Amino acid sequence: MNRTHNKALADDLVRPLFHTSVWFYAIVLAAGTVVACGAAAWGYQLWYGIGVAGIRWPVFWGFYLVNFVFWIGISHAGTLISAILRLVDAGWRRPVTRCAEVITVFALMIGAMFPIIHLGRPWLAFWLFPYPSAREIWPNFRSPLAWDFFAINTYLTGSVLFLFLPMIPDFALVRDRSTGWRRRVYGALAFGWRGTTKQWNRLESAMQIMAIAILPVAVSVHTIVSFDFSMANVPMWHSTIFGPYFVAGAIFSGIAALIIAMAVLRKTLRLEGYLLPLHFENLGKLLLLMSILWGYFVFNERLTVWYGNEPHEMAVFWATQRGEFAPFYWTMVVCNFVIPLVLLSNVYTRTITGCVVASFGVLIGMWLERFLIIVPSLAHKQLPYSWGTYAPQPVEITIMAATFAAMVLLYALFSKFVPIISIWELKAGQLTAPQGHATPAHSGAKVAPEAGG
Amino acid sequence: MAYRWGMAVDLDKCTGCEACVTACRAENNIPTVGDLQAARGRAMHWIRVERYYEGDFPDVRVKFRPVLCQHCDNAPCEAVCPTYAAHQNEDGLNAQVYNRCIGTRYCANACTYNVRFFNFFNQEWHKPLHLQLNPDVSIREVGVMEKCTFCIQRIKAAKTAARIENRAVIDGTLQPACAQSCPTTALVFGDLNDPNSRVARLSRSPRGTKLLEDLGAEPKVTYLQKQPWYEPDAQ
Repeated sequence: MNRTHNKALADDLVRPLFHTSVWFYAIVLAAGTVVACGAAAWGYQLWYGIGVAGIRWPVFWGFYLVNFVFWIGISHAGTLISAILRLVDAGWRRPVTRCAEVITVFALMIGAMFPIIHLGRPWLAFWLFPYPSAREIWPNFRSPLAWDFFAINTYLTGSVLFLFLPMIPDFALVRDRSTGWRRRVYGALAFGWRGTTKQWNRLESAMQIMAIAILPVAVSVHTIVSFDFSMANVPMWHSTIFGPYFVAGAIFSGIAALIIAMAVLRKTLRLEGYLLPLHFENLGKLLLLMSILWGYFVFNERLTVWYGNEPHEMAVFWATQRGEFAPFYWTMVVCNFVIPLVLLSNVYTRTITGCVVASFGVLIGMWLERFLIIVPSLAHKQLPYSWGTYAPQPVEITIMAATFAAMVLLYALFSKFVPIISIWELKAGQLTAPQGHATPAHSGAKVAPEAGG
Repeated sequence: MAYRWGMAVDLDKCTGCEACVTACRAENNIPTVGDLQAARGRAMHWIRVERYYEGDFPDVRVKFRPVLCQHCDNAPCEAVCPTYAAHQNEDGLNAQVYNRCIGTRYCANACTYNVRFFNFFNQEWHKPLHLQLNPDVSIREVGVMEKCTFCIQRIKAAKTAARIENRAVIDGTLQPACAQSCPTTALVFGDLNDPNSRVARLSRSPRGTKLLEDLGAEPKVTYLQKQPWYEPDAQ
């Protein structure tokens, strides 16, 4: 690959930063309006009290916690795709990693909002920080909610670093192509990157360390989210399978979110030359694998409960299997298992469209899965006298819609200000392609002077 | 000697009159949320009388079971609270510190008896209803979990009076509002650490069972009822 080609590639990928289409403003305006509605809904809830939401006795957790688990699940996209594929040095990952890492960071930020929104007294949420206070009391480290607090903060810090590190050379590239205030901002973000061999080596080691470190953190974070449920002696929550079941589900929904994000970016930013059918094909295969794994976990969970035939658990089991929650349950099975299995198991439908359709199914199905874990169990606890039901209220639905809009908004803004495809990694990949086994560190060093200037 | 407060509920004596429910509301400033909120599942009652029906019409028997916080020794609500709002106090009560509560509602989900109630809104007592408030009990604000305290304000007063006179609390002189108002004396309250107290003797009765005993929460409330294997007719 020659310098002219590299220049054309960089031109192509930084174009969205310097040329704004009217669509960008339209998307930002539309998504921003919905986010503003969500903020207003939260303000309304803060003013009048958490009672404006639909939660009630005995279903004390509702839509907010469903969305919390859903978004934390989505955040597993970046870690899996990026860290694992980076560690095994899968060449096809290069245009995909940053799209995935951005989903992680934004989904975590959105997900971490929900435990605060759902609190009865959210203005006291800071009491979960272990700090020496006049109250002379620490957080209760026996509580899974305290574990959650630390797990999510660790994961958020880790994924921000993991996202930021490989952006540094691209910030330098943008810095060198821009003038005025942009040059100063990107210059500050580039941390004085000049593309020396030493810098490349350090960057590569730092990324390697982060890729290894982020994996156990990602697994632990969703395991701990599952502990919020499995630690409590509530029918069909108190299960040892929840840890791996939640992690598998999280990765499953994360891949689906990534496929949708990539398909949207491909069209809106004209990245057809970079996000190839091959990438969708490979991610589609991963999605298929996770769909089968998810089906295996659900089968395990359901079969053991049914065979054990414990009365408290059977009440929840039948409520989801053929009672009032059955329509949601069977929609979930179709969306998470039947649709991906049919669409992705043959080459004729494992196209970009097929992958996107399956991914939408998975997102709907995985959202329903979290709903079906939380609500039916709380509605059918041990004493039949205290059984109840739950229906979401407008404020909960508005805030939920606002979080989806927030994802669109943050993603649109990010792809406007940062090259959404890692330019230097793509170049490094093309440079090493003929040799096949050169490390990106060496190849990067050769590309760097051009990338920087 | 430390106290360990507990209760015995004689189901064979309970007539389901709900005097306990009313007395509890008056004593503990429990808000009346109104019909609309009650229909939406926000009614609060630290003690409730559950009704169970046996047999087919017309041969129907109704059974009443007053259910209040069981003040478990191994309480599932306490471990899950991230701020120690729910904790076991020195007398073995499951105490709830309203000022520490941030409203995660995890305790209410973990409680197998569903005896925890949440303040979904700030409650108001319109004049002249504010005059009925008990000055010994604090009013709970929005976003805070509340529950049966075994009338901790009465326990504190009785313990203080006993300490002044340098004696232990005398069995039978201290009663929570529910036990005090029960016309059939179905509810008996006292110190389980005193083997001769009425509640300790009743708790050892062969008629006694614990609610959802097999879950291992070790409740301090014992339910007494004629056991099928204990009935002379059944043999």
